[in-house]
Amino acid sequence: MNKSVTIDREGLNQLIIVLGGMGFQVVGPTVRDEAIVYEKLGSIKDLPEGFTDEQDGGIYRLKRRQDQSLFGYAVGPHSWKKFLHPPERRLWQADSEGSDFEIKPEKLDTTKFAFIGVRSCEMHAIAIQDKVFINDKFVDPVYQVRRENAFFVAVNCGQAGGTCFCVSMNTGPKVEAGFDLALTEVLENDRHYFVVEVGSKKGEACVKQMTHQQAQKEEIAQAENVVKETAGQMGRSLNTTDIKGLLYENLEHPRWDDIAERCLSCANCTMVCPTCFCSTVEDVTDITGTHAERWQKWDSCFTMDFTYLHGGEVRASTKSRYRQWLTHKLASWQDQFGSSGCVGCGRCITWCPPGIDFTEEVPKIRDSETQSLKMS
Amino acid sequence: METTMQSPMTPWPYRIEKVIRETHDTFSLNVVPKDSSRGMTFNPGQFNMLYAFGVGEVPISISGPKPGEQGMIHTIRDVGVVTGALHQLKKDQTVGLRGPFGSAWPIEESKGYDIVIMAGGIGLAPLRPALYALLDQRDKFGEIVLLYGVRKPEDLLFTKEFETWRGKYGVQVKLTVDTADREWRGNVGVVNTLIQRADFDPINTVAMICGPEVMMRFAVSELKRQEVPENQIFITMERNMKCAVGFCGHCQFGPAFICKDGPIFRYDKVKQFFGIREI
Repeated sequence: MNKSVTIDREGLNQLIIVLGGMGFQVVGPTVRDEAIVYEKLGSIKDLPEGFTDEQDGGIYRLKRRQDQSLFGYAVGPHSWKKFLHPPERRLWQADSEGSDFEIKPEKLDTTKFAFIGVRSCEMHAIAIQDKVFINDKFVDPVYQVRRENAFFVAVNCGQAGGTCFCVSMNTGPKVEAGFDLALTEVLENDRHYFVVEVGSKKGEACVKQMTHQQAQKEEIAQAENVVKETAGQMGRSLNTTDIKGLLYENLEHPRWDDIAERCLSCANCTMVCPTCFCSTVEDVTDITGTHAERWQKWDSCFTMDFTYLHGGEVRASTKSRYRQWLTHKLASWQDQFGSSGCVGCGRCITWCPPGIDFTEEVPKIRDSETQSLKMS
Repeated sequence: METTMQSPMTPWPYRIEKVIRETHDTFSLNVVPKDSSRGMTFNPGQFNMLYAFGVGEVPISISGPKPGEQGMIHTIRDVGVVTGALHQLKKDQTVGLRGPFGSAWPIEESKGYDIVIMAGGIGLAPLRPALYALLDQRDKFGEIVLLYGVRKPEDLLFTKEFETWRGKYGVQVKLTVDTADREWRGNVGVVNTLIQRADFDPINTVAMICGPEVMMRFAVSELKRQEVPENQIFITMERNMKCAVGFCGHCQFGPAFICKDGPIFRYDKVKQFFGIREI
């Protein structure tokens, strides 16, 4: 942390205002409907002050903290993909003239977002979606422009959530790259401050407009300690050793049937996952039939018609859908994009109604393999 | 700041140059770009996304034309809402088109080999440009075999071309139907039974197959029995597809995206997943 500075709560408030002044739409965590979600922020008053969350398989509850912490919780149901890869967007419009028609490409919405409170796992998730939408064969111009314009104020986690396993996925809890500013929130005795690591020129320009001090050695040490403690709190982990081979070789494992008895095929896991990127398209026309539009919407490999082909679904059973989701996330993602599709954020566990937890399911498959090796 | 950028999801307008009735339920559209900056070049085996105004978009493989001729031909079976809407279109009307997308048949790589082409039903459509390319340089290839199976005789596509392929280019064209009518004098049965009747050197053969998965499964196992090496067998996969550019995730088949890694795959590269139920 060479270029670190410290700011207090007022400094953080200034940051939100400065970013707004720079033309950014500032978004970050706030409390709505008894959850911490990512929405527009006007000031630090919108942040979930004094809140934390209790998370476990199928469980999410907001709770009061004993302090005034602003980032004292883990990730909620939202992720930043809703801004970079919007849940619904019009792709283009077309108007017919007689037997002919003209296609009108969509104007590129170049809204500049400043994201406040991006966690390390989420920075990794964004880097993973970059590979899908920017760094592969084709480029999604909407994602690309939003991504390039975005300003990242990351936050190092001050506590692990109940379903987190980023340490075992090598994706946190400390933010390593991609940020403009990275904050660590420190609460000691009656002092509440943030150690700010500067990660870019844009970040540096912001800091100059905020009240700040050069960070002292002790402050930096305190901040490092916060992250270290978080890393030690992870309640879950996933052994990823040759996980690709493990899943590819166990496509017919009986455990998939067992999971299918609990899975509701509700698609929650895919909606909350910060890397899931699947979408569908919908064609709409107006009542005159002369105006048509095509919309893109988030889709899920758990939905009924996702694999519809020639009068039927390729993946008709819940078992095959769950297998597809998990095998994609942890195995085939590696073949497709050179990394795991999982960042260990735990959302899919928390928001799964029956609380299916793949950090428990994968070991079941792995253990049975070890078992059968011993037998033979 | 607002700018427009051509997204890979935005179709281009193409004019229908010709509508060809192929069979009772299958037709072909030959289209040319309305925007002269758009090309018409494609590799045999590739596909386009065709859009019918206000109805929707479907992936359709390119079935022609012959090298040097104008346009891009799409052979379409009228089986759904979008293909039905495309069926209504007439000469000079507009379709939206994105493409071409996907992998191609290994024409260059197959020089010096015997070629076995196996098609089931409309599967002959993406194989026709491969045949055209092979016949365009006929002397570069050994035996060329076309094994083609359909449900009923009336489903046979491109029948007028069979005699040219046989007579002028010495292609072994062998046909079969699942259900014959009174006039049918040819083979009855599944297409893989034709393999034994064809004359080719298995070790030195490249096989290109397109048809329903079950047909390809039997075709591959028969070719393997004849000792055609697995890395000389090429199959085509089909899945639901919304975007054709790797964004929508629908067409995943194991680690492959059929839109950008396929639809044509070398068999040995996908055999781990080929034939697994509901994969």
